[in-house]
Amino acid sequence: MATYDLTIPISEEAVRALHVGDAVRLSGVMVTGRDAAHKYMIETFIRADAVPESEQLLYEELQRILRGGIIYHCGPVVRQLPPPAPPPIVGGGWEFVAAGPTTSIREEVYEPEIIAHFGMRGVIGKGGMGPGTLRACQEHGAVYFHAVGGAASLIADTVKEVVTVYKKDELGVPEAFWVIRVEGFPVVVTMDSHGRSVHDEVEAASKAALERLLAGGR
Amino acid sequence: MNDQVEFFVELIRRAATDLPADVEAALRTAQAREGPGSAAAGALETVLENVALARAHSTPICQDTGVPIFYVHHPQGMSTRQLRAHTEAAVAEATSRAYLRPNAVDSLTGRNSGNNLGVGFPTFHFEEWEEDYLRVDLLLKGGGSENVGVQYKLPYAPLKAGRDLEGVRRVVLDTATRAQGKGCAPGVLGVAIGADRGTGYVHAKEQLFRPLGDVNPLPELATLEERLLRECNELGIGPMGFGGKTTVFGVKIGAYHRLPACYFVSIAYMCWACRRARMIVRNGEVEYC
Repeated sequence: MATYDLTIPISEEAVRALHVGDAVRLSGVMVTGRDAAHKYMIETFIRADAVPESEQLLYEELQRILRGGIIYHCGPVVRQLPPPAPPPIVGGGWEFVAAGPTTSIREEVYEPEIIAHFGMRGVIGKGGMGPGTLRACQEHGAVYFHAVGGAASLIADTVKEVVTVYKKDELGVPEAFWVIRVEGFPVVVTMDSHGRSVHDEVEAASKAALERLLAGGR
Repeated sequence: MNDQVEFFVELIRRAATDLPADVEAALRTAQAREGPGSAAAGALETVLENVALARAHSTPICQDTGVPIFYVHHPQGMSTRQLRAHTEAAVAEATSRAYLRPNAVDSLTGRNSGNNLGVGFPTFHFEEWEEDYLRVDLLLKGGGSENVGVQYKLPYAPLKAGRDLEGVRRVVLDTATRAQGKGCAPGVLGVAIGADRGTGYVHAKEQLFRPLGDVNPLPELATLEERLLRECNELGIGPMGFGGKTTVFGVKIGAYHRLPACYFVSIAYMCWACRRARMIVRNGEVEYC
C-alpha cells in the first residue's frame, strides 16, 4: 500500500501503477454526476443516434473534462455566494458546504460505457461497483476511488472552487453536473486496473463467515 | 419568525451538524480497535476529523441529510396541524440555510421541490401523551442506508429462518451481510419483530433512537441484541466495507403484536452518522438533549 498525489488529467501509466489499498490525494478539475446524470449521458450522448444541438455544448465540455478525468458520485449541499458573485461565469458563484460520496452501485448499469466513451481514468464514490465496471477499469485503464462515506464537511473543504454547474434547474441540486476544482481530495483505491476489487474480497469473506454463523446457530 | 419555528430550525441544525455523544464515542472505540495503518482505521480517522469539522463550522456531517423523520409526543389539546405547519416552515428555512440538502423529488416528474417539502415529505409520527410538555425526536436518515433496509416474512426458507428468535437472528445477520459497506458501516440496526408491513419499519426506526449502550428491558431480547452485535462484527465487513473489526455499533430490537398469519421482521439500517436529536418545549422554553 502506497500513497500518491495525482493531478487530473491522469495518464494511463499513472493509473496502471495504482493497486487496491493505495491512498491517493487528488487535485484538479472533476465533475459530479449521479443517478440522473448517468442516465442522461447514456441516453443523450452514448446510445443516441445523434447528439441534439441543444446538448452539444455540454457534450463538448464533458468530453474535455472527462478525457483522463474523473466523475464523482456526489450530490452536494451547496450555498450561493452573495452577489456580486465571483467568478463572473455561468453557474459560478456557488460553494460546496457538504460533499461526501453517494452509493455507486446504482450506476453500475451505465458506468462501463461511460468510462469507455469518454476515456475516463476513474470514478469516485462509495460502496464499490460490479463486474462490468471492474472489467472496464481493466480494459481502458481506470480505477475506482473510494471516498469516505459521510465525510462531507471534510471533503467540501478540499473543493477550492465551483467552476460551473450544468443542468441544475432540470435535475435539481443533488443531481446536477457540478464542475469543481479540488486540492488534496482523499481517496483509497478499492478497485484497480488489474482486476482486483476489495469489495469482492470482503463480500466473499463475509459470506463465508455468515455460513459459519448460520451453521452453528441451532 | 415564530418562536416555535426557530426552535425547530435549531433542532434540525443540531441533528445535521453534530453527532450524539454515544455515537461519537463508539466511533473512537472502533478507530482504536482497527489495525494501525489499515484502510479501516484510516476511514474512521477521516470520519472523526469530519465530525469535528462539521461541528466547528456548523455544516452538515453528511451531504445526504436524508428524509427528516419527526417523532412528536404532544400534550392533550395541542394542535398537530399547527405543529406540522411550524415544522414544515422550519424545514424550508433550514434548507435555505444549507443545513439540509433539498431532497424531496417528485416521483412522477423527477423535479426536486428545492425546499424539502413535498407529498409525504418530511415524515411525521404524532402521539399524544400524558405529559404537559412537547417532545420532538428527529432522525435524519440518508438514502444510502435507507436502501439497504430489508423486511422479511417468516418463515423464510433461503435462510431456514422460522417464526422464532433464532429466525430473527438469521435474517438480521443476512441484512448485515447484504448491506456490506453500502449503508456506510459501521451502522446501527433497528429491528421490529411483528406489526404490519407499514408500521414494522416505523417501529424499526424508533429503535434507532435508543442510546447505543442501553440494555433491552426484555431479557430474551437483551440476550439476542448482545449476541447479534458480536456476530455482526464477526462478519468482518468493517468500516466502509473495507474489511475490519467493527461492522455495527448496535442492534436494537422491539417486539410488537402481529396477526396470526404474519410474522414480519423489519430491519432499518442507520449509517455511522446516526443523526438523532431531541428537543423538549415546556412553557415556551426549549431544551435540546
